[in-house]
Amino acid sequence: MSEASVKQQPSPAEPKGSDRQLVEETRSFAFTTRIDKIVAWGRKNSLWPMPYGTACCGIEMMSVMMPRYDLARFGAEVVRFSPRQADLLIVAGTITEKMAPIIIRIYQQMLEPKYVLSMGACASSGGFYRAYHVLQGVDKVVPVDVYIPGCPPTPEAVLDGVMTIQKMIEDNVPRPWRDNWEPGVYR
Amino acid sequence: MKNITENLRQDLSQKFPDNKFNCEFVLGDNVLHVSPDQVVPVLRHFKETGSFDFLMHVAGADYPEREKRFDVCYELFSSRSFQRLRLKTQLAEGESVPTATTVWRGADWFERECYDMFGIQFAGHPNLRRILCHHQFKGHALRKDYPADLQQHCTEALPIHFDNDPNYVPDPNKDLVPLNIGPSHPATHGTLRIMAELDGEKIHRAGVEIGYLHRCFEKMAETHPYNQVIPYTDRLNYCSAPMNNVGYCKAVERALGVEIPPKAQAIRIILCELSRIIDHIICVGANALDLGAMTSFFHLFTYREKVYTLFERLCGARLTVAMTRVGGMAQDPPEGWFDEVLQFCKEMRQGVDDLERLLTNNKIWIQRTRGVGAISAEEAIEWGYTGPCLRSTGVSLDLRKADPYYGYETLDFDVPVGTSGDVYDRYLVRVEEMRQSIRILEQVAKNVPGGDYTIRDKGIVLPEKRDVYGNIEGLMNHFMLVIKGLRPEPGELYDATEAANGELGFYLVSDGSGKPYRLKVRPPCFAIYQSFPQQVTGGLVADVIAILGSMNLIAGELDR
Repeated sequence: MSEASVKQQPSPAEPKGSDRQLVEETRSFAFTTRIDKIVAWGRKNSLWPMPYGTACCGIEMMSVMMPRYDLARFGAEVVRFSPRQADLLIVAGTITEKMAPIIIRIYQQMLEPKYVLSMGACASSGGFYRAYHVLQGVDKVVPVDVYIPGCPPTPEAVLDGVMTIQKMIEDNVPRPWRDNWEPGVYR
Repeated sequence: MKNITENLRQDLSQKFPDNKFNCEFVLGDNVLHVSPDQVVPVLRHFKETGSFDFLMHVAGADYPEREKRFDVCYELFSSRSFQRLRLKTQLAEGESVPTATTVWRGADWFERECYDMFGIQFAGHPNLRRILCHHQFKGHALRKDYPADLQQHCTEALPIHFDNDPNYVPDPNKDLVPLNIGPSHPATHGTLRIMAELDGEKIHRAGVEIGYLHRCFEKMAETHPYNQVIPYTDRLNYCSAPMNNVGYCKAVERALGVEIPPKAQAIRIILCELSRIIDHIICVGANALDLGAMTSFFHLFTYREKVYTLFERLCGARLTVAMTRVGGMAQDPPEGWFDEVLQFCKEMRQGVDDLERLLTNNKIWIQRTRGVGAISAEEAIEWGYTGPCLRSTGVSLDLRKADPYYGYETLDFDVPVGTSGDVYDRYLVRVEEMRQSIRILEQVAKNVPGGDYTIRDKGIVLPEKRDVYGNIEGLMNHFMLVIKGLRPEPGELYDATEAANGELGFYLVSDGSGKPYRLKVRPPCFAIYQSFPQQVTGGLVADVIAILGSMNLIAGELDR
């Protein structure tokens, strides 16, 4: 466990006698932290991504999972194709109007706490498809936590996006976009 | 392409003495104009006499200022004489043309697409529903009066549904289980949806729904200058992006009537063959992965990364490279790049051997794939199969041999064919094609011709940056070309290249402006995938996955 994530809390009054001995013994195998800290630490290092690869970005996402870039180093190698087992939705690729109802359902099926990573220009804003059948950003229908630019983004950028999500989880960043989200409402 | 209009005229006047046919030879294409009621008899005549055996695609086009505003084009191809013929007919709003599905079953989806995009009616078509746009979409998107950026939201997904089949008789004694696979399913690669009715483990009947990645390529092409369309073509078949660049630029260059220099041709061949290898890596690797063989995919991806590195050295991008320009390439390759290609060839040979050691004699792989999804050569042609899927049935048709371009005719390589057309044969054909691509790469990369990487026509190619900033002539040239764009003469043509998955064709209509008036893509996997319900019916559910993977469906070009 890194020292940055779990800080030793200053102990109030120093205990005396046998109590003191007990505390010292305890310190040799345990430490104190806040519950939200330890939970966040666990969450951030065991993200289970649900890869929603629809297009070109999906191919780049494969590269991220593959040996050279290896997302496993960030604790996110358990790729789950069932939304019920995943907590990180990676939207990799263009989302069309036809796909919108499906991605809403996929998002609803995921269990809390859940995060959304929008990978690439198309998922973030429609990209250069300012077109009649392309949703102009997946954030119109699901709440997005991190946007990754690029068409498609390099694997390094995707890793950076995952690390940004990890930081958000660690810091318990408030997510109003998530709290105010309603299914089926186009923003 | 040869001028065969005289032969056609004679042939048709014997068969249809009462009709007069207008047959012309324009921009290197043979075009035959017929009235709507003559379309099916003429198509049937061509098919029965064997003069043309492939229906490559059916394309619509909209000319709102004309009295009969729609064009319907049937692109025919002969695998014997390698000739092409475009059959054209004109329709007014509200008129209909009899469906060609009674002649070629492969016309099915192409006609549905015409209906979806233009509202053209095909009388007698059993399933004239929308295919690419969602079911709540109003209007027809590729009509010139539909704004390119007018989105319409879709609020619900379609329930499980099947195509109308006049021969289908429901059996009330069977306890059928409906099953929906996709579009979000690991084996459907993101955007394919398969709906089935199961009788135990067997597929009783199946249907597919596509269009989940319909990103309006053709409309986008109509609203962008010729060179700006190139990045869009990258995203058709994104597993082998450079091949689409080459196919598109080749079509535009033919429209302009220019020939690219030998060095550009060599670089394009290298890009194409590298792409063919990495496309087959994804196809074979993912096919095996879906059936549980993970190692081959992971191992081969290393080689894919090596090609990415080569592309990155060339232009900075890994996947969507947009390296070609109309008239040649965007820039010269860096020093030593061709040696790196040769080095990669050496490594890739090893990679293909490794792949074969993993799969070719693997008992599980053989049992899961041999005899699965077998299709006969006649049926494959009927559906419009091209590429490895067609060659696995024993038809030796490869445009690099049949209608060579860029000097493929001078290169020494073989076209592998299979015998049974099953998943295993498709795999073997792809593996051998990777070997042949390595052979081509080695021949080309060893003897790259010198000279320029692009033509220097001031009306087509932007001047070098040092001229733009260095002298007034270059600056003005740059300015004029950016403002006006390159402008091919009015006319239309169909041009095809052999992409990794089959014939990638572009039907280009120019009205003399700086943007394509109409650009229709003939995606290889669109024709192949429409036979899918028929191929899986009667088989096991598990075989659905094997067959799906072997077809190499890339949603980007399937849905465009």
